[in-house]
Amino acid sequence: MIKTDVVIIGAGPTGLFCAHQLGIIGLKCEIVDNLDKIGGQCIELYPDKPIYDIPAVPKCTGEELTNNLIEQIKPFNFNFHLSDRVQELKNENNKWLVKTLNGKEFETPNIVIAGGVGSFEPRKFPTKSAEKYDGKSVLYSIKDKTIFKDKSVVIFGGGDSALDWAIELSNSSKVTLVHRRDEFRGAPASVQKIKELSDNKTIDLITKYLIKDVKGNGSLESVEIKSETGESKVIKADYVLGFFGLIMQLGPIAEWGLNLDKKTIPVNTENFETNKKGIFAIGDICTYPGKLKLILSGFHEGALAARGCFKYARPDEKYRFEFTTASSTIKDRLGVKE
Amino acid sequence: MAKIKYIEFNGTEHEADVANGLSVMEGAIQNDIPGIDADCGGGMSCATCHVYINDDEWFRKLPEKEMGEDDMLDQAFEPKSNSRLSCQLIVSDDLDGLTVHMPEKQV
Repeated sequence: MIKTDVVIIGAGPTGLFCAHQLGIIGLKCEIVDNLDKIGGQCIELYPDKPIYDIPAVPKCTGEELTNNLIEQIKPFNFNFHLSDRVQELKNENNKWLVKTLNGKEFETPNIVIAGGVGSFEPRKFPTKSAEKYDGKSVLYSIKDKTIFKDKSVVIFGGGDSALDWAIELSNSSKVTLVHRRDEFRGAPASVQKIKELSDNKTIDLITKYLIKDVKGNGSLESVEIKSETGESKVIKADYVLGFFGLIMQLGPIAEWGLNLDKKTIPVNTENFETNKKGIFAIGDICTYPGKLKLILSGFHEGALAARGCFKYARPDEKYRFEFTTASSTIKDRLGVKE
Repeated sequence: MAKIKYIEFNGTEHEADVANGLSVMEGAIQNDIPGIDADCGGGMSCATCHVYINDDEWFRKLPEKEMGEDDMLDQAFEPKSNSRLSCQLIVSDDLDGLTVHMPEKQV
């Protein structure tokens, strides 16, 4: 059991800056994120896309912004718990007991949900029949490529994951690559390679088709695909792989008894607390009149939520507002030597 | 201003007057029309505001897809050749009378 002042759910820019603000006012926090890296949407959806509306930063990419935020909270040595997800919350004597999917447990008076639009999960095939084989012969990521040796593998998708795996597995498996259009969004060199492999019949390339059904009797036997004009084909398949990127799912957050408005959590704008005492929501996941889904708004929300956390983490102390330029206490916390 | 008709997968029709400059996606969200999720808020990075333009003439009349829209549509539920991301359809008087159909779900 880890005891801390605040558990932050989500290591995107908003969660990171809230951690900074907690560090500045002398609180400890632990940060949990479902992704295997720090940065949230900035790193998962647009690491290379320039952002133009961070105050005083005319232009930076999602990756640069993330790296700068990591640098900014380094003095505080906060722990990150990546590839993990907060699963369960329980309130006992005004403390929240937090359990994660990987079995970690925290005890904290405060939880800050900075979860974006939820956790990133792979997009799955829409076909009901695929669920039966999910994790066995219908896969959305590859952990052990040796299982595909000498097998028939049907890969769906047009991005880098789909192309790279089609190329890689074509050495040892019978690969069919199915994509909904003739153009691919993967790297040009991979697209070129796929066309070569298709021309010399190393792989079967089928475009303008979507998945229709997977069939089998206990174990997977084939996959049926359909075109927009109604034609269908059946392909023998031991494994079906889908690479359609990631989607954000609210997941367990929906079960914690928080008021929800569509997929967002209403908060008061004084301290960004939700309807539950000690649970705060900031960034894209919170809503209030006038809410803007901007990173800069998330920063503001995190700063106020941090002060809200102070009240529950240090009930006997009075919070004193200080500037980083002037406060020697803050400079000590930052490890700044003058 | 344009009158946009949104038709859910189950056939339920909604009509909204959407101000010029907003996207067709925003028109749905602001009027609480179900069937368009828009998880990313209009950044062309999630494909959960996917719609079909079933009328050929309208499909051709819409501004062409910019780079990246088709890449995102690859990840949508049941994309077709008449698929668009509604966050990329910016409303002007020219769009008055547009009808969009929602897919069965936004995955």
